[in-house]
Amino acid sequence: MTTASRTILMALVGASAATMLVVAAPQSRPAPAPASQTAAPQAPPPGQPVQPGQPPAAPQQPSEISTSINLSGGAAPKLAVPAFIAASGDAELRTVGDMLGQVVWDDLKFEREYDLIPRASYGAVAAATSMDTVAFDQWRELGVNAVMVGIVRRNASSLTVQVRVFDVTSQQSVWAKEYTASATNPRQFAHTIADEFHMDTRSLVGVARTKLAFASDRDGERARNTVENRSIKEIYIADYDGENQRRVTVNRSLAINPSWSADGRAIAYTSYRRGYPDIFVSYIYQGKMDQPTGGTEIVHNFLPAFAPDGNRIAFMTNRDGNMEIYAVNRDGSGLRRITRHPGNDSTPTWSPAGNQIAFTSDRSGSPQLYMVDADGAGQPRRLTNESWADRATWSPAPYNEIAYAGRTGPGFDIKIYEIASGQIRVITDGTGSNESPSYSPNGRHVAFASTRAGRTHIFTIARDGQDIKQVTRAGNNVQPSWSR
Amino acid sequence: MSARLVRLVALAVLVMVTATACSRKKPPVARPTPPPPSAGAGGAGAPPAPPAPLPEPEPPVASVPAEPTISGSSMDYNARSLDELNRESPLQPVYYLYDAADVSGDTQGVLQKNAEILRQYPNWVVTIEGHCDERGTAEYNLTLGERRAQSARAYLVSLGIPADRLKTVSYGKEFPFDPGTTEEAFAKNRRAHFVVTSK
Repeated sequence: MTTASRTILMALVGASAATMLVVAAPQSRPAPAPASQTAAPQAPPPGQPVQPGQPPAAPQQPSEISTSINLSGGAAPKLAVPAFIAASGDAELRTVGDMLGQVVWDDLKFEREYDLIPRASYGAVAAATSMDTVAFDQWRELGVNAVMVGIVRRNASSLTVQVRVFDVTSQQSVWAKEYTASATNPRQFAHTIADEFHMDTRSLVGVARTKLAFASDRDGERARNTVENRSIKEIYIADYDGENQRRVTVNRSLAINPSWSADGRAIAYTSYRRGYPDIFVSYIYQGKMDQPTGGTEIVHNFLPAFAPDGNRIAFMTNRDGNMEIYAVNRDGSGLRRITRHPGNDSTPTWSPAGNQIAFTSDRSGSPQLYMVDADGAGQPRRLTNESWADRATWSPAPYNEIAYAGRTGPGFDIKIYEIASGQIRVITDGTGSNESPSYSPNGRHVAFASTRAGRTHIFTIARDGQDIKQVTRAGNNVQPSWSR
Repeated sequence: MSARLVRLVALAVLVMVTATACSRKKPPVARPTPPPPSAGAGGAGAPPAPPAPLPEPEPPVASVPAEPTISGSSMDYNARSLDELNRESPLQPVYYLYDAADVSGDTQGVLQKNAEILRQYPNWVVTIEGHCDERGTAEYNLTLGERRAQSARAYLVSLGIPADRLKTVSYGKEFPFDPGTTEEAFAKNRRAHFVVTSK
């Protein structure tokens, strides 16, 4: 960050807040992170060392990679990811190596493309000290089809990580990468390895480098200028696995309903910082902010939803006397009304192509989901017949479905509406109340807020209802948005 | 003759208003306000049950305010800061049934009293906050809170309070008055709360 921009930022939010608002710039996706990754030849000939800095070789056919790893027919290949080797013996680097192996293992496990052999069972296998000393016989005895071997090396001000995947039977390297980047957040090496491995071998867009935004009261701050004791919320972000949680807004008032922009650099949210609800777009890595929806003491705006094109924002507003859905460009231009009905229309979400919007309406007497063309033409079509349905979230392609919170008793469960068939399935199990679903960018996972663990926390769950994971631990945390 | 009658009636009304106003010299009720009558209890127009003292910390002002200066026929709330005013606000909150925003019988009585006070203090600008209990979805409750604030506002406007003195804001279920999870707590949280924002 330049001195100038820091100065501007501090003027904006105050010196004490500056460190909270500014976080390290993300590695732009889908370009791989860490940013200064050295292009390494993909799948070099067996036995040849990876040449750092060498121009990329002509990519090999992905099918070849897939075939050579997918050894066991239909079943997921059994993959082992032991601790990465520390090139020098110091304890700190060994800790990094252990962490890299664990995080890659967790990231790969998350997508269920590979059968990850539990790390606790690796004790019987002699640890490799280089790419040439992999104990293939012992891995084979463990029933492993492939093993990922990594080496981490410390440079003057950076880390270099080499990684290869060996076919245990042929003892040949079937996938290889090398990365050099800042040592600031070593987990990012692991996330990058997992995402690129999934892409190269499965053509799968992994989510290891995605983030969750959510509103939280964890800092215990109170609303100002009120007689009642009121606990405010601010917007926070975390890695998809719950690491690196940090606050990104300084409203000192209520901040809720975050929505990531498509490029992951901005978060739109509802803020009461001016005493009334209006939508702010915070460019969290620049300390810059827009207020595109023109709120006043009379005109209130809520519930922003960034369109997949990264420019349009759909939102709810009271400007017509009741709640209606509008859309606007992120710079405030191109305002368009989407719904017109005496009932209240709320909580919009965009279809993956951006040509339709699903929303909640109470026009039937209870909150139900509807969809309508994003140009506002045509009649909305009702989707649900629940006692209460809210917070539709349209899945990314290739899935064509909408997740929402449906009332199933005193509380809510996360349900999924399949658009083509109209079928509905419930993916949470009635434990606690489960609200505010948000899809991962590959559509395989859903983040949501749940009271199942006492206070309200963010969880992730696979779209088939398996693999529930708790993301937050402190305070109350609501309304997750999963970055693209 | 008829003019004399009108004057007599006017005088009688003035006396009544003064009597009502003077009865407000009692120490204002310290917030938090008592729970609303449960649905169905208490006839329309019945006076609210006397507030039971709650074991809340005293506000940082004298618990028994000095006898207020009588200015005209009303107690001078204008002598107080906005913060003091809102801490012991004469404007009472109104309460709603579950998932409802209707201004019903009891609610109308409270709003009529609030309208009377707003007429006594014609410079006051008030924000009506709409709040919900925790049982609905967070997103939908933003709409429900808006409907509650708007219905209270519309009723006050129908009583002659200028619309530009009445602002609204919905806080959904974000600011419960009572963090409990009992029906009693929920009833306290489904409310329109009045805040004087300028005077």
